[in-house]
Amino acid sequence: MSKWQLITKGLVKDNPTFVLLLGMCPTLATTTSAINGLSMGLATLFVLVLSNMAISAIAPVVPDKVHIPVYIVVIATFVTLLQFLMQAYTPDIYATLGLFIPLIVVNCIVLGRAEAFANKHGVVDSALDGLGVGAGFIISLTVLGMVREILGTGSVFGWKFITGDGILAFVMAPGAFLCMGYLMVLFNKYLKK
Amino acid sequence: MEYLFIIISAIFVNNIMLAQFLGTCPFIGVSNKLSTATGMSMAVCFVMTLATLVTYLLNKYLLLPLGLDFLQTIAFILVIAALVQMVEIVLKKVSPSLYQALGIYLPLITTNCAVLGVAINVVTKQFTFGGGPAHMLNLGEAVVYSFATALGYGLAMVIFAGLREHLALNDVPEDFKGVPIAFITIGILALAFMGFSGIV
Repeated sequence: MSKWQLITKGLVKDNPTFVLLLGMCPTLATTTSAINGLSMGLATLFVLVLSNMAISAIAPVVPDKVHIPVYIVVIATFVTLLQFLMQAYTPDIYATLGLFIPLIVVNCIVLGRAEAFANKHGVVDSALDGLGVGAGFIISLTVLGMVREILGTGSVFGWKFITGDGILAFVMAPGAFLCMGYLMVLFNKYLKK
Repeated sequence: MEYLFIIISAIFVNNIMLAQFLGTCPFIGVSNKLSTATGMSMAVCFVMTLATLVTYLLNKYLLLPLGLDFLQTIAFILVIAALVQMVEIVLKKVSPSLYQALGIYLPLITTNCAVLGVAINVVTKQFTFGGGPAHMLNLGEAVVYSFATALGYGLAMVIFAGLREHLALNDVPEDFKGVPIAFITIGILALAFMGFSGIV
């Protein structure tokens, strides 16, 4: 598999959200607006790339029996690092995303890539794989966030182009599930060939 | 009275799955059949209550006094993972029949973000119940809250598994089959649960 394919396969063919159905909780919870979805995607990308690189580097020396706990500790370390960075530089976004930043630890995408890819490949390949899958995750979250923001408030990235109130239910919980379901249908119909 | 408010709030108003989106992956994964959904709900109830109890004490008597609360994420996930392992070992010895029933669901719970989410929530967030002042939960409230939350998760899962068993028999359009129609059904279920908002 070429380096370029490593990056592009996560976008559509192995899209973590719409095809592999991984990391559903943050996907649904943080996409109340496009900007929140994008921030959550970037936060996950950060952890994904760094943990992929670290795990691919240490994988040969980790005993097989304890590899899952070791990977989880590595991932949790990077998540804690991310928490510090966000508290320092982007406190507003950190407050909005709240609980879902520490919950990146249990995001199955991160542990999934560690198990399925990083522990068998080199550091560079693993970093690219993390970038690709992370980019796919960012795209799904931003699209879902945009759809919900447009339907819910009539604006996109905070720019309001429809006057009047939106359908509030789309910003709340039911809208997340409905939008996710219908976007998945569109994805199945037009993109997954 | 306070406890009643906590229970109603956690089960219906702020249902962990339908209003807070925690634990979606196992929710979709094991809700194909009513029997597996019941097994998973029981396992979550057990582990979530125990995990909240242990992490609450750990946070209060070890992390906070030592100023180590930035280690919450790492410490909690390790505690949960170890706890799940221990529960598995103890159950296997003490009650083989319960182990048979919960067995395959227990390892899955380590990565159920509902468990870690509730554990982090009760030690970092302020709660308001029944119009009372916002406050941090004490130990009793935390345990009741986590147990009721798990019950709410179980309730949502059992209702949804029942719906899904009927869905499987229906003629669903090709592109909607499987997970997409499941999401749309959960959306409608969540709309129904929105009707509870404001009662507590």
